[in-house]
Amino acid sequence: MNKMNRRNFIFRTLGTISVLFMAGCDKLSRSDGFVRMLESAEKLTYRAQRLVTARNAMAKEFGEADLSPVFRSNGTDNPDSPEYQALAANEFINWRLEVTGLVEHPGSFSLAELRSLPARTQITRHDCVEGWSAIGKWKGVRLSTVLERVKPLSNARYVMFYCADPMNEDGKKYYESVDMEDAWHPQTILAYELNDKPLPIANGAPLRLRVERQLGYKHAKYLMKIELVESFEKIADGNGGYWEDEGYEWYAGI
Amino acid sequence: MSGSVLIWLYRHSLPVRLTHWINVLCLTILVMSGLQIFNAHPALYWGERSDPDKALLSMKAMRDESGQLMGVTRILDYAYDTTGILGASTDGTGQTRARGFPDWATIPGPQWLAMGRRWHLFFAWLFVVNGLLFVLYAIISRHLANDLIPWWKDLRGIGRSVLDHLLFRHPKGEAARRYNVLQKIAYILVIFGLGPLIVLTGLSMSPMLNAAFPELLTLFDGRQSARTIHFITAFAFIGFVLIHVFMVLISGVWNNLRSMITGWYTVRS
Repeated sequence: MNKMNRRNFIFRTLGTISVLFMAGCDKLSRSDGFVRMLESAEKLTYRAQRLVTARNAMAKEFGEADLSPVFRSNGTDNPDSPEYQALAANEFINWRLEVTGLVEHPGSFSLAELRSLPARTQITRHDCVEGWSAIGKWKGVRLSTVLERVKPLSNARYVMFYCADPMNEDGKKYYESVDMEDAWHPQTILAYELNDKPLPIANGAPLRLRVERQLGYKHAKYLMKIELVESFEKIADGNGGYWEDEGYEWYAGI
Repeated sequence: MSGSVLIWLYRHSLPVRLTHWINVLCLTILVMSGLQIFNAHPALYWGERSDPDKALLSMKAMRDESGQLMGVTRILDYAYDTTGILGASTDGTGQTRARGFPDWATIPGPQWLAMGRRWHLFFAWLFVVNGLLFVLYAIISRHLANDLIPWWKDLRGIGRSVLDHLLFRHPKGEAARRYNVLQKIAYILVIFGLGPLIVLTGLSMSPMLNAAFPELLTLFDGRQSARTIHFITAFAFIGFVLIHVFMVLISGVWNNLRSMITGWYTVRS
């Protein structure tokens, strides 16, 4: 009896502890101070990973045999906006990529102009924050090539990417940002081809970012405008990207 | 034979006790937030890619004839009805939803990948730092050499130790002062096997570190394999914890617990 009671007591205590623990974890997930503590790991990870990773360390490149049978589309697969649909209907002939902000020569590029610049082709693995991976062959112009033309000012610290796809009822559009180290990286390209074909709408036509050493949500699709900034604190909700505003890490190298 | 004299032993030093309980906290949170992350794509693969038709394991929700959600877990070519636990389960509000692991097994409870990652990536740092501090301390204090490493004289008694375990015979008196050989082997395998394995497979899922240390992915045969090994290793940790807690329960729960909280353990001789 005594032993039974004791066992009962242990199990009941464990049960109570686990219920309290889980209710506590959910409550902590909604407490600003605690979440800020959890978020402090992001800066640590960013600094530590940058420290051990050479500036131009390359993401692995694969062969044709490694391509995914289907390169899936995630998130927006066809932007729900009249402006975008009008551009798409005309095969993006009227589309232009605006490059602005902290640069000496702001300007804009048509798709034909971007295609006439030196191209880079790379077969890389795309890793989604959800956990899946797909391998695709991307062709595009290096972001560095574009940057060399517009000449960033010395106070430019981030490159912002503004997209055509509205994400919610308020019409907030997708956007992203990377730091200058990733911006100048040789594998960071503005891709206009996937698997030897013009970039499909489902994968971000006419132009998308590839930033191969970070997770999929950094690879902004449906690019409309690039802006170099010193800080993104005053842009949208101030976290540097659409998903970042929803609580995801700005540094998505892990 | 246990005698009648109760001897108090200072068994666990403060650093061991502290790192032990920090580890309990970290492992609990890492496993549960890990399942939250897994739930964002509840399937496992081998190699670099995740081709949907080549999943080794997957958890899916389907509708049965009456329109009810049912959970189906597929392992290789075998499908199991796991409704209520895997694939589809009922949450705190009584609603049945499609999700890999149920809400009572994840942090946070509801599907919330961004927050699950925040928990996971914070406590992963704590887990690693805590683990390294423990190992450093164990080496310097000779805890590792004196108490943990199974030396030849321990290994010679392995047959007897297996028999003792099978018969639920626990060492008493003088022998209870030391870890038995199976216990030592288990601790060493966890500290120097599962520990590094879970950290390295975790880091192998980082695209930035893939660029910095490409050999990691060669070692694990691809990012999706690393993810699969990470998942299996997490369950090996759970298996270890279950056995560990079971052994604590049947070999004098209060004595064991007291010694891991206050340091003091009693033996009779």
